[in-house]
Amino acid sequence: MLEIRLKGLEETEKFGIKLGEVLQSGDIVCLNGELGAGKTTLTKSIGKGLGVEEYITSPTFALINEYEGRVRVYHFDVYRLENVDELYDLGFDEYFYGNGVSIVEWAEKIEKLLPKERIIINIDKGKTLDERIIVITGEGNRYKEIIKELNID
Amino acid sequence: MLTLAIETSCDETSCAVVKDGREVLSNIISSQIEIHRKFGGVVPEVASRKHIENINQIIGQALDEANVTFKDIDLVGVTQGPGLVGALLVGISTAKAIAFGLDLPIIGVNHIQGHVCANYIEHKNLEPPFTCLIVSGGHTYLVQANSYTDYELIGRTRDDAAGEAFDKVARALGLSYPGGPLIDKLAKVGNKEAIYFPRVFLEDSSYDFSFSGLKTAVLNYLNQANQKGEDIVVEDVAASFQQAVLDVLVEKAFRLAKEKGSDKIVIAGGVAANEGLRSLMESREKEEGIDILYPSKVLCTDNAAMIGSAAYFNYIEGKESDLYLNVIPNLDFK
Repeated sequence: MLEIRLKGLEETEKFGIKLGEVLQSGDIVCLNGELGAGKTTLTKSIGKGLGVEEYITSPTFALINEYEGRVRVYHFDVYRLENVDELYDLGFDEYFYGNGVSIVEWAEKIEKLLPKERIIINIDKGKTLDERIIVITGEGNRYKEIIKELNID
Repeated sequence: MLTLAIETSCDETSCAVVKDGREVLSNIISSQIEIHRKFGGVVPEVASRKHIENINQIIGQALDEANVTFKDIDLVGVTQGPGLVGALLVGISTAKAIAFGLDLPIIGVNHIQGHVCANYIEHKNLEPPFTCLIVSGGHTYLVQANSYTDYELIGRTRDDAAGEAFDKVARALGLSYPGGPLIDKLAKVGNKEAIYFPRVFLEDSSYDFSFSGLKTAVLNYLNQANQKGEDIVVEDVAASFQQAVLDVLVEKAFRLAKEKGSDKIVIAGGVAANEGLRSLMESREKEEGIDILYPSKVLCTDNAAMIGSAAYFNYIEGKESDLYLNVIPNLDFK
């Protein structure tokens, strides 16, 4: 487990870019946190680190947005979904086991469907309006490697 | 000329028969109660599998209601994107099968162009050029329509769509889904100056939008009020929030219209049904000398008639697709 305190938007962006830079095709990043915690904002900077040049916008309505970075980036948001079955109907599993980096907002709603090996980031609000406390957990080799790379400096 | 049009970009399965791009002979949408009853329950909103189950029946119903058969159809129009890939595929595969089987021309339509064209159906004398504001749960665009088929994308959201901000704030206020219409209703009786929420205009020259910060500001306000044990007047929050969204939408729409010399602003998309938006736009209509137009409610939401209209105008300007037509989930607006 890795806990990081981010004092404001700038630090959050730095963290996101750094994480994006170490991600590889096949990685799955789950983002949990209440409405307004900054899941989409963090995804924007992860996308920057992955080399996405377009604006990353909220996928709440479209459910999936795709971007072209140094690898393909799939940005999911399952906020609107009521049950896991709907995800099967949408073929989400094909993305999770395919090529590209998947970033999933509200991932806790679909835990059953997600591969075991994944990186889970919980975003909590801190003491001030812009402070965020990020807790990273996960399973598998890639998780360990990523934690290691994020811990340097 | 009769166009059979199919729209499956997101939640709704819809099929329509449209005459000469302006006259709707039928416009069947899956969320309509009729269909729900036929399937013995509520059609789940997002599953592309449900589009497959629905589509043949909806096409049949669209033809029946228009009092025509496949033989009367001259053109097939279908949404190509943007939207959900699995959902789009159902529509496009069906459209291609019909076009191939009946040897008809096929046109892939941009969903956003469709929203603009909803206004050609509503306003029989409307002609380009004009400025267009497209706002819905998934889209926020400022577009200059130079001709029936030439659209210039000038502004878009950089984070949340306007309608999405409505729905999420509504959820935080404990209102049911979809929250947009409820906020609109509460806002009418609330005090729009009770709470100040930020208006994000971005850089001076930009026509882009950003609503994520506003959503967070409302959530922060609610949290703080709860912590302090203060009473929350839901009507005032709704009115103050809605005003913050509308101020930015309306200001940028008029600014663009003036820059382009447009004498009309056309509103489209689900949020075009918002009465607060309509009345704020209309309150500036006279002083600015710019007409405000919007479609009726059924044409504001996702529907196939608007796709039929767009397909017709593309066809008469020679923009025909072929059977290699494929879905483009992140289709950009040209």
